[in-house]
Amino acid sequence: MTFARRPLQRLVGDAAPRTLWLLATLLVVLLVAPAILGKYWLSVLILVLYFAYVGQAWNILMGFAGQLSLGHALYVGLGGYVAAGLFFHYGIGPWAGVFVAVAAAALAGMIVGYLGFRFSLAGVYFALLTIAFSEFTRLAFDHWDWAGGAGGLFLKVDAGTDIVNLRGGSLLFYYVILALAAGAFILCRALLESRLGRYWLAIREDAEAAQAVGVPVLRCKMIAIVISAALTALAGVWNAFYYNNLFPETAFAMGRSIEITLAPIIGGLGTLFGPIVGAVVLTGLGEAFTDLGEALSIPGIKQIFYGLALLVIVMYRPAGVWPWLAEKLGFGERRK
Amino acid sequence: MSGARLELAGVGKSFRGLRAVHDVSFSVPAGAIHALIGPNGAGKTTIFNMIAGVFAPDAGTVSLDGKVISGLRPDRTCDAGIGRTFQLVKPFKGLSVLENVTVGALHRKPDLALARDSASAILSRLGLYDRRHQLAESLTLPDRKRLEVARALATEPKLLLLDEVMAGLRPTEVDVMVAFLRELNAHSGLTILLIEHVMRAVMVLAAEVVVVSYGEKIAEGTPQTIARHQAVLDVYLGEPEQP
Repeated sequence: MTFARRPLQRLVGDAAPRTLWLLATLLVVLLVAPAILGKYWLSVLILVLYFAYVGQAWNILMGFAGQLSLGHALYVGLGGYVAAGLFFHYGIGPWAGVFVAVAAAALAGMIVGYLGFRFSLAGVYFALLTIAFSEFTRLAFDHWDWAGGAGGLFLKVDAGTDIVNLRGGSLLFYYVILALAAGAFILCRALLESRLGRYWLAIREDAEAAQAVGVPVLRCKMIAIVISAALTALAGVWNAFYYNNLFPETAFAMGRSIEITLAPIIGGLGTLFGPIVGAVVLTGLGEAFTDLGEALSIPGIKQIFYGLALLVIVMYRPAGVWPWLAEKLGFGERRK
Repeated sequence: MSGARLELAGVGKSFRGLRAVHDVSFSVPAGAIHALIGPNGAGKTTIFNMIAGVFAPDAGTVSLDGKVISGLRPDRTCDAGIGRTFQLVKPFKGLSVLENVTVGALHRKPDLALARDSASAILSRLGLYDRRHQLAESLTLPDRKRLEVARALATEPKLLLLDEVMAGLRPTEVDVMVAFLRELNAHSGLTILLIEHVMRAVMVLAAEVVVVSYGEKIAEGTPQTIARHQAVLDVYLGEPEQP
């Protein structure tokens, strides 16, 4: 009976064997990578995984449920500040603080979502609301002494490794972000293959038609933004403890929100591999153009090339790099 | 699956003071096929939208099997047993034909595999099974109309509201749709209310016809009596000139 399908079986579903082989190979490579790579390449890989992870989280709201958020820095910043603040002031380690951080971001997501979705703000109007909330929060943190105000919040940099308090070198943070990225991938797959996931896709395509076939539109959108915000906050906690400093100007910056959206857009909105492929492409381009800029010693040349590269990709692969690549390689993950 | 009785009692709706529908009452017995006709802008789709819960009536009530459903949200009226199609078709364009109908089926069958099975069954009955892997946006208009019906049926309704599903179909395609609806109604006892301009279809399908004009019900009866009804002829052909 189909009723008795085991969770694992459900997760694998109709995925082609070669897709599973690709994933397994990728995971093994990523697990052993630090043994082979030097410090520089490890830091690049960390960046790739970070953008793959936050991209995956953002993609739930935009790629699946079709709601454009341009203020996801709000959840990164909140998550980071709450966990870092608890550690800084009360010595509460991030493994405990993360629950408070995630709860805070989920609550913020709920407020933004309720205001937007209950009053049917759609498209760019919803996007403006997300920007507004992110900016309000930035201003509030600028003047909040507990969080260090505009001067920022600094965590003490320890030389040793202390897993309990998430203190350590790049290697520790590499494996944490790898675990997060892998977990988010599996979660997103599970969500897509569920009723909720299909309801999101229906809402993305046509909310009125979705509601007519029994989709509780408001509830589904709320669940999407809460999950998306909560996952994004985890990246914020990781981010705060990796870089050891937080400033409202950067934590809640518009640029950071945009940055989060790029990997899934370039990789392929609404696909599972899109954020990963996008993160590889973007980080690769970013590093390459940085080197080029240094070689040519022309200030600002990196940004110009980077912008041009993005322009070329969205012009020639408007659905993203992954759907095209998947077809070339014969993987065939279609945008559902 | 069996049909439910629909009843509208004194239903009215205004938009910013503009009276779209006024004091409309009629009922459709369980298992019957009725039609709602009238000139463009008469308020037919507004009546559909009030039954389906897109908006609540300002006055009067809509009830299904004696239970008041007016004022419920569309997903709730779907729970109550109402399936509807849209006059301007609204397929989930980026999803495959099968996934479109699966979304409807998920309403009563939360398991994705089961929902897909029942969606496949409905698609083969409507002759869309061979196109199941195509994106909905690649379908022709007649196929999109069929997809609307398939998706609505997948929610296992007791009352099916069809908003001009024959419009744009060729005569042979109209015959196919008419035969399908007849068979569906005979087989499952599903109640059907259709808005239709294709009179050929109305004449053969509907046991009774409700005529609306300027938001008010002006006539009700069998298709044969309606076709000879003076007020209806006036609405459609213009009133005779006064001597």
